[in-house]
Amino acid sequence: MSAAREQIFTRIRRSLQRSAPLAAPPVDRLPAPESNVRPRLEKDPLACFIEKLHTAAGTVDRVNAVSDVVQATADYLDRHRLEPRLVVAEHPLIHELIWPAEWEIHAGPATGDDHIGVGAAFAGVAETGTLVMLSGADNPTTINFLPDDHIVVVSALQIVAHLEDAWRLLRDRATVMPRTVNLITGPSRTADVEQTIQLGAHGPRRLHVIVIED
Amino acid sequence: MTCLVDLFRPSVGFAAVKLLEQTGCIVAVPRGQTCCGQPAYNNGDQQTTADIARQVIAAFESFDYVVAASGSCIGMIKEHYPRVLKGDAEWFDRAQQLAGRCFELTAFLVDVMEWQDVESSFTAAVTYHDSCSGLRELGIKQQPRALLSKVSGLALKEMEDSEVCCGFGGTFCIKYPKISERMVSDKTAHIVAAEADCILGGDMGCLLNIAGRLKREDSRIKVYHVAEVLAAMTDQPAIGDGKS
Amino acid sequence: MQRSTADFKRRAEAALQNVSLQQAMAKAKGGFVDKRRLAVNRLPEFEQIRAEAKSIKEHTLAHLDYYLDQFERKVLESGGQVHWARTAEEACSAVLAIIGQSGKQVLKGKSMVSEEIGLNAAMERAGHTVVETDLGEYIIQLAHEPPSHIIAPAVHKTRDQITELFHAEHEKYGLTGLVTETEDIVNEARQVLRSKFLSSDVGITGANFLIAETGSTVIVTNEGNGDLTQILPRKHIVTASIEKVVPSLDDMTVLLRLLGRSATGQEMSSYTTLSTGPKRTDDQDGPEEFHVVIVDNGRSEMLGNEFHDMLRCIRCGACLNHCPVYGAIGGHAYGWVYPGPMGSVLTPLMIGLENARDLPNACTLNGRCGEVCPMSIPLPDMLRTLRFKEHERKLSDARARWALKAWGLLARRPGLYQAVTGVMSTVLGRIGRRAGRFRALPLASGWTQVRDLPAPQGATFQRLWKGRR
Repeated sequence: MSAAREQIFTRIRRSLQRSAPLAAPPVDRLPAPESNVRPRLEKDPLACFIEKLHTAAGTVDRVNAVSDVVQATADYLDRHRLEPRLVVAEHPLIHELIWPAEWEIHAGPATGDDHIGVGAAFAGVAETGTLVMLSGADNPTTINFLPDDHIVVVSALQIVAHLEDAWRLLRDRATVMPRTVNLITGPSRTADVEQTIQLGAHGPRRLHVIVIED
Repeated sequence: MTCLVDLFRPSVGFAAVKLLEQTGCIVAVPRGQTCCGQPAYNNGDQQTTADIARQVIAAFESFDYVVAASGSCIGMIKEHYPRVLKGDAEWFDRAQQLAGRCFELTAFLVDVMEWQDVESSFTAAVTYHDSCSGLRELGIKQQPRALLSKVSGLALKEMEDSEVCCGFGGTFCIKYPKISERMVSDKTAHIVAAEADCILGGDMGCLLNIAGRLKREDSRIKVYHVAEVLAAMTDQPAIGDGKS
Repeated sequence: MQRSTADFKRRAEAALQNVSLQQAMAKAKGGFVDKRRLAVNRLPEFEQIRAEAKSIKEHTLAHLDYYLDQFERKVLESGGQVHWARTAEEACSAVLAIIGQSGKQVLKGKSMVSEEIGLNAAMERAGHTVVETDLGEYIIQLAHEPPSHIIAPAVHKTRDQITELFHAEHEKYGLTGLVTETEDIVNEARQVLRSKFLSSDVGITGANFLIAETGSTVIVTNEGNGDLTQILPRKHIVTASIEKVVPSLDDMTVLLRLLGRSATGQEMSSYTTLSTGPKRTDDQDGPEEFHVVIVDNGRSEMLGNEFHDMLRCIRCGACLNHCPVYGAIGGHAYGWVYPGPMGSVLTPLMIGLENARDLPNACTLNGRCGEVCPMSIPLPDMLRTLRFKEHERKLSDARARWALKAWGLLARRPGLYQAVTGVMSTVLGRIGRRAGRFRALPLASGWTQVRDLPAPQGATFQRLWKGRR
């Protein structure tokens, strides 16, 4: 190990009045994640998730089945008069969708030429209207950031109350942490010009969430 | 008796005495006091601060309660004396014992004496400046307002940013006069915007600063200490006003 | 970074005269305060979470070596690398070594520690082109200025100034129109920077948190620039200081509940991103290399000393937003990286009290910063502690020290004190009786240059009281 590392650790221990590394790990501050003080939700998690997402300038559609995602996407494109050219993640939740033949669809990753990205969330967090997106072969991170319009599909079953619940689901996955975990709460924004909020700084100008309630 | 009241505005002291006597207290003013030591404390001189703290404790510890018409001096005694004296077990104890018996005037009247029988009239639209130490160290916000609501003829008009510092800050205002100027002129602008005829507060430091700035701006808005209004002692010229 | 902390007073006075700065500050002023208040009021559990956050940080600091070691292990396990730097110079060297040969285009997400270590200058000296990608940072990079706020680096700029700046600097990209509306300004920056995102070799971000449980570095942003900065280039370098580590994802969650609300009034920023190692073998995007440069730069010395509490700081900027002095003079007057209350504590500790003597004094001790600090850092007390040190080391102004000494002698002698104040108030009271105030007074120019001095009523209270009883 480097001399710098050695000296930093020595200094830290000196300041903590300890001469050696801890013999045993410190007793966990929090024996269980449940022990965090969590903001009380005023509604059921799904309603709360949708309300908070609206507050964060996101939009939401609720559909009954996975197959309805195509129509919801078509409606979204109509509303915003968008050309049906999409980059779509190959996530299990959406990869069996049958898109209209005349649409231009390609699988990720996104490039600078993609204007609409479709991905799937690992979870939705009611507390703040946050989407939890995991990177992976079936969910490239560039889809979350390069397109102007970001459409995210999430199953209502995956809406949890608090962020701690999402971490629990993540730990249950058995696999290691993905390279990137994006907690996304609304579209990209900046307030760097006279503290006026402007959406669409570098990332998506719009965030649209399709919740499958089946 | 805070040093600024003693020197600049004894009428505030007499107003405080009058109010305390109205509630049935017996008031004494020890001769062995000068100042609470904030000038030394806030300028880094711990030794002088500790000496003054001992002097104040010795002068006051035989009384049931210590009351001053200032949030900042009481904050000093209550919050900071124990810290200043923490290296000295005996005096630390004495400081802590005194701290529990120290009160800012309006807080003492409302919270301890549970007294609100104000007999005063003052026909004016007034606004109230929350001085920082009183507000943040002692939580004084509602007490002066509760008492003022009993003054006949008085209408309270809250100003914007009543909780923001006026720029006094003890020696700050003479070390950094230009920054202080900006802060106090923001304050006077809010006072003017509240359309008040009179600004009240609970600390002489802030009031001298605000009155001085209002005068410099040739404003006719009057400045009084809240105790003077509560004790019906507004017959003398307001702070910074001359004898007409 | 270059520093001009010794010149505080002059810079502060210049700032007060600077019309565009004052316009910009006036626009920013209320927004942060109101948004924070609303966000805090909407969270009834705020005080409990605040207490919880403090205990998490205190626990972590008390076992800092353990959690840093755990963090390092996890980064290595996930295929990343960790580099340790004792000083700013070591940190810059580590980054340069990772970037490799000169001539690279380097993207940067906003990072205060990179400002602290002077990373941009070091990279430019080494022949690299640095592109700041946070809009605020980009604006001030074009203007060749340091940030004036830790979360809103260009808060001192008016929209008109940004319009002019873009007009002058974007011509080379064929963008010759004048963009005057906020939306158009943002779009033009988006367009220019998008091409940079797609063509860079290295991306550098900071970190709001390092998670020992997973070896993740975390950034909290709104624009998405920090994400594009790290997923598009081949190398992702994270610069972070040692106190950023937290034990677990759940612990970070507690701090996140305070950070957004305290900073911008958001319950959650648009993007909170956890980065763990380089891209996995089957990932279709992401960096091939992941490096974390962990910087000490004096922090291990603060641990356990009287400034220990400062290590809890999560850089939310609430103390700046609520500081009336910062609001009056803006961030540049402070002369170094960190302005406002947190900066007035940190700067003297990092660059030496003798080089920043004004900072702890340029404060009214009004307590608002400590009141809003989500990590309950007693900022006013720390500023006062720095004043103690200045006094001990005789760094304060000699005249002021003599005046204080004379006053101290008097204040410890009540009899003499009352005699002297008795004479003073009688004399001043008599002279000032008619006007009620003084417009100027010898030895009081600091007071009277900006306001009148109300005249004493006459005799002191003590004298009148003695007479009455």
